[in-house]
Amino acid sequence: MSPAVRLRGLEKRFPRVHALRGIDLDIEQGEFFALLGPNGAGKTTLISILAGLTRASAGSAAIMGFDVTAQYRDARRALGVVPQELVYDPFFTVRETLRLQSGYFGLRRNDDWIDELLANLGLTDKADTYTRLLSGGMKRRVLVAQALVHKPPVIVLDEPTAGVDVELRQSLWSFIRRFNSQGHTIVLTTHYLEEAEMLCERVAMLRDGRIVALDSTANLLRAGAERRLLLDLDAPELPEFLRNRLKGREGDHYVLDLPDFADLEGILAQLRVLGIPIRDLALRQADLEEVFLKVMHEGRS
Amino acid sequence: MSSGFRTLLYKEILRFWKVLVQTVGAPVLTALLYLLIFSHVLEDHVQVYPGVSYTAFLMPGLIMMSLLQNAFANSSSSLIQSKITGNIVFVLLPPLSYLEFFLAYLLAALIRGFIVGLGVLLVGLIFSDIEMRYPLWILAFALASGAVFACVGIIAGIWANQFDHLAGVQNFVIMPLTFLSGVFYSIHSLPPFWQGISHFNPVFYMIDGFRYGFFGQGDVDPWLGLAVVSPFVLLLAGITLMMLKSGYKLRH
Repeated sequence: MSPAVRLRGLEKRFPRVHALRGIDLDIEQGEFFALLGPNGAGKTTLISILAGLTRASAGSAAIMGFDVTAQYRDARRALGVVPQELVYDPFFTVRETLRLQSGYFGLRRNDDWIDELLANLGLTDKADTYTRLLSGGMKRRVLVAQALVHKPPVIVLDEPTAGVDVELRQSLWSFIRRFNSQGHTIVLTTHYLEEAEMLCERVAMLRDGRIVALDSTANLLRAGAERRLLLDLDAPELPEFLRNRLKGREGDHYVLDLPDFADLEGILAQLRVLGIPIRDLALRQADLEEVFLKVMHEGRS
Repeated sequence: MSSGFRTLLYKEILRFWKVLVQTVGAPVLTALLYLLIFSHVLEDHVQVYPGVSYTAFLMPGLIMMSLLQNAFANSSSSLIQSKITGNIVFVLLPPLSYLEFFLAYLLAALIRGFIVGLGVLLVGLIFSDIEMRYPLWILAFALASGAVFACVGIIAGIWANQFDHLAGVQNFVIMPLTFLSGVFYSIHSLPPFWQGISHFNPVFYMIDGFRYGFFGQGDVDPWLGLAVVSPFVLLLAGITLMMLKSGYKLRH
């Protein structure tokens, strides 16, 4: 089984920017995958190469085993892209837009599927409205529908929830999740790290055109940032045995390093032995945002 | 040709069809105004060819001028609008070849040009009868010349980054070339210098050959006209195809 996306030594040089500096990446079929990175890291360039909107300077890119240039027809048929910009054609209604997009992919009679898409995206009553008259969130949904008219096995969403309200974000994700559960591969770029954390099994972090971290979301969260124990104690000062763990203070709380979860029990037992009451206790887990910031700052200085 | 090509052609036609007043009505009205004014002023003073009234003489020129300008306008404005609004991605993402892309924009531009030309002809018939002696010459020059301007429109639409650029091409290339091509006069009425210059204007051969199809009379032999216009079709189609194949300004 060929991977959904295969990148080998992918490079892109623009006249003034070296946007991608050798990307090797396999995204397996059925994955829910996130591409993270600050602005200018190369996420959109990478997606543009997959979509055939940009040509690689070196290396290769394939979708479902089809090279994006040599076998562009098969590659493009296998790919649905939700672009980052809120683009629409002012001349057409929502239904016309979706019919045309189906036609470009060689689908002459696609109304059943179009109706299903409209229903699932809450656009049924807007079908005959000109897209230009819709709100931003609605236009975004039309773009999602457009990317899905040909039921592509690989779906790429380039920051699909930028500027979208919470309710739509939720319904959009449950819809995309359903696609994923039916075997479609989802590749997502986003600035909302909690979104990637919630949805994606695997994450690649890009910086300056390189992949600087690539692992399952769970592994990244485990390895990428320390666990902290926050303690508010009814004592004049921090007991001796905890001093080497001290990382700082937040209000009344001591912020303590807790790399190994098993240590917690010992700490609590010792506090009881010393007769120090605990006023408040909290554990702080790493989130993807911390991992992200950590990875982005490593090697910077 | 894939069925994707048919859809793209259909979309390009639908695009101008939806705003017919603007895309066909307006240019026909403009041509009608030219016809009214020039024929009113010149009808009794000018006779270019024996047995042909000035109004009749003017009509093929106006038809061709409208056809050319609208073929150019259709492909160029469609592309620049799509580029500026960003919806060009809708036609770049599907599995369409550059040849299909080219043919869809070319044919839609020709169809718009022909519809406008036909509109001008029908309106003109109200004012003057006109014979159509050699329909094949008429068709050949309309097709070849329309194709040239459709290609120029595609090239300009891809090259231009903003509407200003396109207006520049329109005002400084298309308009002078068409106005100074013998739409309103026979170049034989010009001083020798300007007559000579006119022979370097390809649009002159387009108008003249087209007019020959109507009256069987022209300033130059229609075969010479065809020999001048045909290489332009090949040249411009070649440039357009090369641009599309390379992805110039569309696929960076």
